[in-house]
Amino acid sequence: MFDFLRARLRHGTSTSRFPYGGVDLPERFRGRPVLDAGRCGSRCAECAGRAPSQVVRAGHGDDVALDLGACLFSPEEALACPHGAIAYSRDHRMATSSRNALVSPTGAVPLAAALDERTRRLFGRSLRLRSVAAGSCNGCEAELVSLGNVVFDLARFGVQFVASPRHADGIVVTGAVSTNMRTALEKTYEAVPPPKLVIAVGACAISGGPFRGSPEVGNGVGDILPVDLWIPGCPPHPFTTLDGILRLLGIVEGGDR
Amino acid sequence: MTPPRDIGLRNRRTVRWEAVPRASIDTFAAEIDEAVREGWRLASLCGLPEGPDGLCLLAVLADDQGGALTATSTVVGAEYPAVSRGCPQAALFEREIAEQCGSLPRGHPALKPLRRHPPDHAPASWRAKTVDREGYPFSHVGGDDVHEVAVGPVHAGIIEPGHFRFQAYGEEVLALDIMLGYQHRGVERLLETHDLVRAVLVAESIAGDTVIGHAEAFCGAIEALARSHKTARAQAVRAVALELERLANHIGDLGAMAGDVAYQPAAAFLGRWRGECLNLLMTLSGNRYGRGLIRPGGVAFDLEPSMASDMRDRLERLREELAPILRMMFENASVQARFEGVGAVPRELCDALGLVGLTARACDVGRDVRHDHPYGAFRFAHVPVATAWAGDVLARALVRRAEIQRSLDFVIEQLDALPKRAIRTDCGALRPNELAVAMSEGWRGEIVHVIVTEAEGRIRRCKVKDPSFHNWAALTLAMAGNQISDFPLCNKSFNLSYAGHDL
Repeated sequence: MFDFLRARLRHGTSTSRFPYGGVDLPERFRGRPVLDAGRCGSRCAECAGRAPSQVVRAGHGDDVALDLGACLFSPEEALACPHGAIAYSRDHRMATSSRNALVSPTGAVPLAAALDERTRRLFGRSLRLRSVAAGSCNGCEAELVSLGNVVFDLARFGVQFVASPRHADGIVVTGAVSTNMRTALEKTYEAVPPPKLVIAVGACAISGGPFRGSPEVGNGVGDILPVDLWIPGCPPHPFTTLDGILRLLGIVEGGDR
Repeated sequence: MTPPRDIGLRNRRTVRWEAVPRASIDTFAAEIDEAVREGWRLASLCGLPEGPDGLCLLAVLADDQGGALTATSTVVGAEYPAVSRGCPQAALFEREIAEQCGSLPRGHPALKPLRRHPPDHAPASWRAKTVDREGYPFSHVGGDDVHEVAVGPVHAGIIEPGHFRFQAYGEEVLALDIMLGYQHRGVERLLETHDLVRAVLVAESIAGDTVIGHAEAFCGAIEALARSHKTARAQAVRAVALELERLANHIGDLGAMAGDVAYQPAAAFLGRWRGECLNLLMTLSGNRYGRGLIRPGGVAFDLEPSMASDMRDRLERLREELAPILRMMFENASVQARFEGVGAVPRELCDALGLVGLTARACDVGRDVRHDHPYGAFRFAHVPVATAWAGDVLARALVRRAEIQRSLDFVIEQLDALPKRAIRTDCGALRPNELAVAMSEGWRGEIVHVIVTEAEGRIRRCKVKDPSFHNWAALTLAMAGNQISDFPLCNKSFNLSYAGHDL
């Protein structure tokens, strides 16, 4: 017992100061991708053919746009532009309220808005979520588990993962929605009493991710359920998810780009 | 009979496809049976369509003592006499073949669906089979007081989907059936059809907690087929990343096991240090799980001297802080009482089923690819194999503890003496008509990627085996005779991958 207390005293507090600072990401961290319009002068759209994902959308007139929901955050996607116009910033904030908001010509996205007043009164200080993995790799789930550790400590904001959809106010979906998991996902959603939220976490849940095109998976949860919060990443950094959820609850706001 | 013929196959080496012996199905089965009796292990067994109407079965056998691999093959039709009639190690593989390729192994001891999907590797002329994705033949135990408990696919915690069906008498588990396949994404097909850049991204997503392990094995097979030589520096960086992945997961698992027995102090500390190890991977690769690092021909990011010395300092501090917490945890009477004797896997079954990784090492089977089939940096710097003997939850915890210490020693040693040179070399075109086998020791155990190329050098077949493929059977065995309430702890002590199994 005394050994433990000694260790505890020695280690001090390790919980991050988030959302009041405390985000210290290394130089190589691949956060929100950006497209430099200056370098992308010719709009050649070569990147769309070269990128190993659907991160680049071309063909809307002359426009080239970045789709954060399809981004796998791999070094190769940034290298897809022969003019070096695509790069990753160290910005971890990129969760949005709609699927379309994840697509933008520069990678700057309107960050998620707070829920309406009435829903926020219900969930703002106590949100219970049920996690459903449906055709994922376990990367996103591992980061959801990380949210519960002493560093990110999701519970200090009144947000908790619960054991049953019956106890939940919403579900967090990860994975591209495999054929074998589709029924279970729908049943879990139905089991949550309304009003309820759906949060899509990770490239798979948003767009099918690296498994897009396989006959065994769909293209994410958006085709099946109404999604309230879209959190890109492969997997999203815990701060990205935390930022998204806190914006939804109106605890964090501002900083739009 | 003679031992299997040495055709020159080794970990991360290739042989010409013609050099793989071709036998009748009876000889094929007898050879596998004989080799397994002599101590070889069936590392992989898969089907690949040959012509419009034939299915080639390819077996890869491993001699863990001799560090050798060999392969043999046969061609079968829509039915064949099951290899698993004599060799239990083949049983799971044959369930997989029946499902993926649509060929029926006659006389199979327990033919059931494995992942519940229509065949995606069947010969072109075979009629497509329809698959019942919902039906599953669960075992039943009769008797008035016997009851059934069904759990999943949506569980209580934040974990992947799987369905567990217990036959229980009171609290005692009589039998457990595990139905998987909910995470099936068709990974092998994607690896076979995508270009290499996209395929590596899929390989990194086979199991999201084993990004380095799977990407490394996939790239190892590709590099062997392309005759690409990695520099010593690239190999050292890969080995460091693999051990950081092991550290993160082992530390996290010990923390989760502590949490499952309500020893919160260790759960809190270890949860944080898991994050520390992931953050080291992020410093190196830009991603907490090491995505983007392992690429054909080497690594995409260098471990510069300043980064190496910083990483070294952080690991030294981790080693210093970890020791007293682990000591407290393992000396705590209530932790010992909950870990000891629970979920024991008998050693004989470990041998019979060919279990791998820390599950096997906890049964005193010193099986470790880094030691038995060394590759890359592990040829020059050895990591001692850690074993325990009881095969229970405590043994698996002790193996993790020892491996944490040894991985820390290994990484710190590597960081002190990183070889100079480039980090990446060009990886050219794949040689046509060859077979490559690449194994690596992921944190759960042996990962095997088998790749066969066709005439133009494209990938004809890519067979992935995650350690969880074999080891899920260990969980069923471990639960028999235990209490249902011990299941979460028991499950966590294996911490197997659903995604890695389901592919």
